Amino acid sequence: MADEKRKPDLTSPDAVREALAGAGYLADEELAVATYLALELGEPLLLEGEPGVGKTALAKALAELSGARLIRLQCHEGIDVHSALYDWDYPRQLLAVRAAEGGASTADLFREEFLLRRPLLDAIESDEPVVLLIDEIDRADDEFEAFLLELLSDFQVTIPELGTVKAKQRPVVVLTSNRTRELHDALKRRCLYHWISHPSPEREAEIVRAHLPDVGDDIARRVCEAVARLRAADLYKAPGIGEAIAWARALSLLDDPALEPTLGVALKVREDIERVVESGVLEGV
Amino acid sequence: MSERAPSPPAEPEPGVVEERLAEFARILRARGARVGTGDLIRAQRALATVDPGDPRRARFALKATLCASPADRAAFDEAFAAWMGEAPLELEEPFDPEAIAPPRVLGVKGERPPLLTAGEEDLRPAAWSDLEILAQKDFAEYTDAERALAQRLMREIASRGPLRLSRRTRATRQRTRMPDPRATLRASLRHAGEPFERRWRTLRHRRRPLILVVDVSGSMAPYSRMLLQYAQAAVAAHARCEAFAFGTRLTRLTADLRGRDPDAALRRAAAALTDWSGGTRIGAALGTLNREHGGRIGRGAVVAILSDGWDRGDPEELRDEVARLQRCAHALIWLNPLKASPGYEPLTRGMRAALPYVDAFLAANNLASLAELAALLEGGLDGAR
Repeated sequence: MADEKRKPDLTSPDAVREALAGAGYLADEELAVATYLALELGEPLLLEGEPGVGKTALAKALAELSGARLIRLQCHEGIDVHSALYDWDYPRQLLAVRAAEGGASTADLFREEFLLRRPLLDAIESDEPVVLLIDEIDRADDEFEAFLLELLSDFQVTIPELGTVKAKQRPVVVLTSNRTRELHDALKRRCLYHWISHPSPEREAEIVRAHLPDVGDDIARRVCEAVARLRAADLYKAPGIGEAIAWARALSLLDDPALEPTLGVALKVREDIERVVESGVLEGV
Repeated sequence: MSERAPSPPAEPEPGVVEERLAEFARILRARGARVGTGDLIRAQRALATVDPGDPRRARFALKATLCASPADRAAFDEAFAAWMGEAPLELEEPFDPEAIAPPRVLGVKGERPPLLTAGEEDLRPAAWSDLEILAQKDFAEYTDAERALAQRLMREIASRGPLRLSRRTRATRQRTRMPDPRATLRASLRHAGEPFERRWRTLRHRRRPLILVVDVSGSMAPYSRMLLQYAQAAVAAHARCEAFAFGTRLTRLTADLRGRDPDAALRRAAAALTDWSGGTRIGAALGTLNREHGGRIGRGAVVAILSDGWDRGDPEELRDEVARLQRCAHALIWLNPLKASPGYEPLTRGMRAALPYVDAFLAANNLASLAELAALLEGGLDGAR
């Protein structure tokens, strides 16, 4: 952890863009501005976009470039305070009660030593810089969204048995959503919003090369051209950047890097593959 | 704080930025975006952090602070151009919505429905049997007054929707397979730490997403108005309900149909529909649903298509898309207003292509048939599948 790595230059959108590129993330200008603003204003950044356009990757790159710890909260159906913020270690508490032979009071039991820290509490209590990634917030339900709203506005939480915990320093917060449902307006209003779209074939080729330095220029360019055509081809499930990278890696392993026989790397729906083969979408790539 | 790149060339007079921003907010709001005062304050703070000499940067900064959805972003681009004087500011009224929205027989909005009010004598049903008759009457034979009278029943029916088990739990008195350690621990404190009283939890129920797809093509004209009213009531009643309409192409109506005033909602929906009473391409419309809104369906949603199955598109495309829809959805229900007529057989090409993939096939020609749908959604779906 060299000092110069911990203090990168983030004083302008261009500097942010450069720093992100240094961490292997190629952002366009608009995203760089949004990221710069999120850092400068200390506000959460809400990223929406198709699966596989690099929403989660941005948070990882932010953590890497600033030398901060990445704390990730993967949202899921039914996620609640006890799996996101804190819980009590009940088995140990029960043992403690029995060991005290009835002499234990509530105050003895609900102490820090029985507290289980979940990602959000971890992020708030952290002394070192933290990037908090709240991933796929659209999978959580509205009750959890309402709770997050409270957390993101004050960066403090109240644990009934212990009292209020206030953030020692504001973590950088990145939220992502695949937009399977509309988030509540109130939550959106707390955040800076950015919609990430699929990159142009040229930029995507740069991204593929950044991830796979050993893969040839021609393969990267062909794959990205093919992926761009697939995205325009009206499929059930269009490939993301991750698929493009996997496809380029797959082709680089083959002696005869043909696109159609390896379609299964990029497309995972049978009807899509049939449609692409039949309609000749990839002809001439 | 960090030092900023080149200092602003000329500091604008105080108040000018605010005024210009307020003007921009007005243009944005006129285009349907929701912009509050808090957003404007944030926008101003954001503007102050970027180089004011660079309009692109200013634009991105404003975009990040003032937009909250892809629709907002489209409105933003137009509004920004208008604001900067690059494009004319047009706010046209594209369509006469009165033609579609139900007539306001009830008087002032928000008033109690006529079933319970005095006055408006001819609107009041004389007895319960009148409601029965109304429930059985075909939508196509409704008068305007009956349409208004049906609104309350429609709301009741639409408030019933599919349920499923949630991953969240609640405390219960019955013994279940899910212990409640927190409550057990608390209870044990009363017994010197012995967990005599064991506590339990059980799963809660919550709404399963419901997706309504209403056919508004020409052949559905006698029914589409009432079915849209049903969609409006359903969207207003629960948050996990999505409504789409199609003729030749698919339009998402959820956002338009939301809100407290049903008449205003239907007027908005009518304005959003460009293919009202035109041709039908069901396959293409369902294809759009599958491709662009697949994420909304894939999470255990019930999909209900309200259509007579008259289709001028490719039957093979229709079959493939219905099959795909059925595979992704929790259950696929087809409601056909014609099914109620005696001797009806699904002979239209579209209906024949779709039927093998449909989990339940119901009528949708009167309130009673919609009540049947509600009952199926609430209870009988597992049997249907």
